[in-house]
Parts: sequence; C-alpha cells; structure tokens
Amino acid sequence: MRPIAEGLFTDETPPRLIGGRDRETGRIVFPCPPGDRFAPHPLGRRGKVWSFTIQRFRPKSPPYGGPEAFEPFPIAYVELPGEVIVESRLTNVALDKVAIGMAVELTQIPLDPAVADAPFIHAFQPILEAA
Amino acid sequence: MSDVCIVGVGIHKFGRTDGVSGLDQGVVAVREALKDAGVEWKDIQFAYGGSDAAGNPDTMVERLGFTGLQFINVKNGCAAGGSALFATSTSIKSGEYDLGLAVGFDKHPRGAFNALPAQYNLPDWYGEAGYMITTQFFGAKITRYMYEHGISPTSLGRVALKAFDNGALAPHAWRREPVDLETIMNAPMVSDPYTKFMFCSPAEGGVALVLASEKKARELGKPLIRLKAATMRTRPAGSFEVFAPSIDIERGGSATRIASRDAFALAGVGPEDIDIAQLQDTEAGAEIMHMAENGFCRDGEQEEWLAEGWSKLNGKLPVNTDGGCLACGEPIGASGLRQVYENVVQLRGDAGARQVAGVPKTAYTHVYGAPGVSAVTILER
Repeated sequence: MRPIAEGLFTDETPPRLIGGRDRETGRIVFPCPPGDRFAPHPLGRRGKVWSFTIQRFRPKSPPYGGPEAFEPFPIAYVELPGEVIVESRLTNVALDKVAIGMAVELTQIPLDPAVADAPFIHAFQPILEAA
Repeated sequence: MSDVCIVGVGIHKFGRTDGVSGLDQGVVAVREALKDAGVEWKDIQFAYGGSDAAGNPDTMVERLGFTGLQFINVKNGCAAGGSALFATSTSIKSGEYDLGLAVGFDKHPRGAFNALPAQYNLPDWYGEAGYMITTQFFGAKITRYMYEHGISPTSLGRVALKAFDNGALAPHAWRREPVDLETIMNAPMVSDPYTKFMFCSPAEGGVALVLASEKKARELGKPLIRLKAATMRTRPAGSFEVFAPSIDIERGGSATRIASRDAFALAGVGPEDIDIAQLQDTEAGAEIMHMAENGFCRDGEQEEWLAEGWSKLNGKLPVNTDGGCLACGEPIGASGLRQVYENVVQLRGDAGARQVAGVPKTAYTHVYGAPGVSAVTILER
C-alpha cells in the first residue's frame, strides 16, 4: 500500500493529513505547499461536511487515474474545526444520505479498488456513533 | 471627460460551426462590426484580441489586411473579452487613438474543459484522484449557497428555463429550442444539484466591437452608446474558486463584488439604475449568485425573483436577454464580448423578438472565471 503522493499523510496509525501553516500569518492550507513559507501541520481527523456534490461522470484521463469502470462518488468540502476546509472524497455513505453538517472522520481508500497495489487517497467517512 | 462609445458591433453565431476556424469566426465578426460602424479596416488604428484556445488574434491581419496597425493579444481566462475591452477603452481615453477594435473568438473541443493540475500550480495527484473537474466546484459552491440562503432546486431550473426561452429568440444563440421545466429538472444529474440542462457547454463563436472617442462617434453619426465603466478585477483573500484542494474557514468576498463595486463607482450609478443585465451563467446557480454579488438583490431574494419572473424579458430587470452562456455556450475568448454585443443591440432597440420593452437606457455585463477573475461593464445611451 502506498499513498498517491508523498507528504500527504503522517506516518502514524491512524494517519492524519498534512496541511501547511503559514509561518507568518498562521493560515492553514492543504496540501502543504513546497518552499519555506509553510510549515507542515498535521490536521485534525474529524470534521463536518461544509458542502458537497456527486461526481456523476468519469473524469477525463489524463489526468484521472481511477478505474475505467465508473461509479458515481461524492466529493465534499470538510470543515476541520479551527483549521481549514479540505476537499475530499466521501466513502461508506449512500449518495442520497450525504448532507451538510454530517460528522465525518479521515480514512484512506484505494484509487482503484480492483487493483491490488493501487495507490490510496484521502477520504472521509461518517463517524459511527457508539451504540 | 468625454465618453468612449461603441459604434459598431458584429457577431459570428455561437455554437458549433464545423470547418470554420475560431479565428475565421472572429474575422466574420470584425467585418460585420466594421460595416455596422460604417468604417473600413484601414481606418482601425489599433486592436486588442482575446482567444483562449483558437490561436493568436493578431494573425487576423492576414485576413483583414496588412495595415500595420497595433494589435495586442490578450490571454486572461474568462475575463479575456473584458480585458480587451478595458484596454481598448483606456487607449482611446488616453487620447492616443480615437478608433479601435476589441475582438474575441474561440473554438473548444466537445465536452468539459480538460484542465491539467500543473497549469493551475497544483500537484499531479490532485488530477489523478479525480478533482480537476470544474463542475464539481460549481456543484459544491451552489450546494453551500442554497443551504445558507434558502434557494430551491426549482429556482435553478427556472434560470435554465428562462435561458432557453430567451435563446430561442436570439439568432446568434446556439440552443434555439425552449425546454420545459419538468424536462430540465428530471434530466440526468451531472454534478448535483445540477442536471445537464443547468450547465453551459464549451462552444465556438466570435464577437467584435468598434470603439470610438465621443467626437469620432459623432462624426460617424451613430447612436451614442457610452461605455461608462469597464473594470477587470482579481480575487480577494478567502474567496472560493475552482480547483481548490482547501479553502479558508473564514470566508471572504469575491472578484465579482470588487469589479462590480468599482464599475458602479466609475459610472456614477447604482444597481437600481440598471435596466438590463447580462450575468455570467456558466451554470444556472451562477446567475443566481451573481444577481446578489453584483448588487441587484440580497442573498436569498432570488427565490422570489425567479418565482415572480422579475428577471424575464418582461420583468423589472431582464437578465441574460439572449439566453446567456446556457443558451449560447461558452467560447471563452468571445463570451464576455457577446454580453456587450447583446446590450448594444438592446440599447439601440434592434433586438427584434427579444427586445426589452421601452428600450433600455442602461445595461450591465459581468463575467467571472478561473482562478477568480471578473470583468464588468456598464453602458448607457
């Protein structure tokens, strides 16, 4: 298992996304831009859906590296409290159940589930409330 | 100070014209604009030309004549037309010239724009993972706006309905057939909440405008259509733009709000003084958001505007009187100038079946595009 790019995830279990914190203003962005202005800043794993859409058609390749066989998937902007709003796939949720305000946490999913060594990407999934 | 006037307009039909290059569509528009102004190519002292994907505009001189004129190419995304118009106008205002041309044309392949991450200073993984899709951004942006301001999906449908109704009356439009609301609402989703009828498509077309000093315009004997303001602005901090892997929690303004505010200040009028408006409507929700961002209503009031038909041709502020991008498609280099073309035609009372009653006296245009640019014009007669 390998991430789709270096520098996206912390090396811990469970991993966190690595944002960048502006050394002067404190502004946080994702991903961490190259150069000296931003210091790597591990982001919180939990947040709320700020907005979303459903990707209903297969993106063009290149640049898209996902499977030829296409299934619609949700894309959200997830607000990580006090940090930043991150764009991310959602997973483990029915398309018609996605809603603004939904509590979600970070996970990782393979870009192509049918390929054994497919790179994995960041995704958020609903937080399962303790029974 | 005397005004810069628009004395000639020309357009090549938008949509698909197989076998005719984007540049040649621009040439058709230029010839029509020259004829409309009653001048010849050799009379044009300078030109600014915009094209995103159809070649260098200055190569038009091969078709129009080697007069040696100054011809500057403009590449400024969706604001290319607005930027060309601004530059043409200020060149005349400076006193250096008194007759110039702003032209824009384009020809895009079918389907969604295919953007690559490196062109936008983004890492390759962003495209590989499936995020380089403009419609995703549009869907997410309007979903949030609808949530915050109580806009219904039906209002999105009503914008598209109006666009196709108006486009059916505009000879230069691409989509000339009305589509009923039920068909619009029940069509397949592209990026929720937008169905396929709620997005415009990349297209082809060309537009040319001949501009003159007020003195020159009077000599030509044309109706005086005054360009009271032409602004182009970039985004402030905290705006929400296409291809954003993250956005700030503290939300900011938009390029549109700045361009609009500054254009109204230059023209010395306010939104309440405008008779018709052409607002960027690359997707149905864009028109809704831009009604508020340009100051024509408050956030959320669009719901009532659309239910009551206030932005229809016979409403209190007709919006996108030729069907806008939804009916005309979007050739990037030509799109902003099409809006100005439409306003000139309406101000002259020459718009035929889509003519707004009473012949408007003031007209407004607005474009917005990646990565957070906006251009606004205000015309008066």
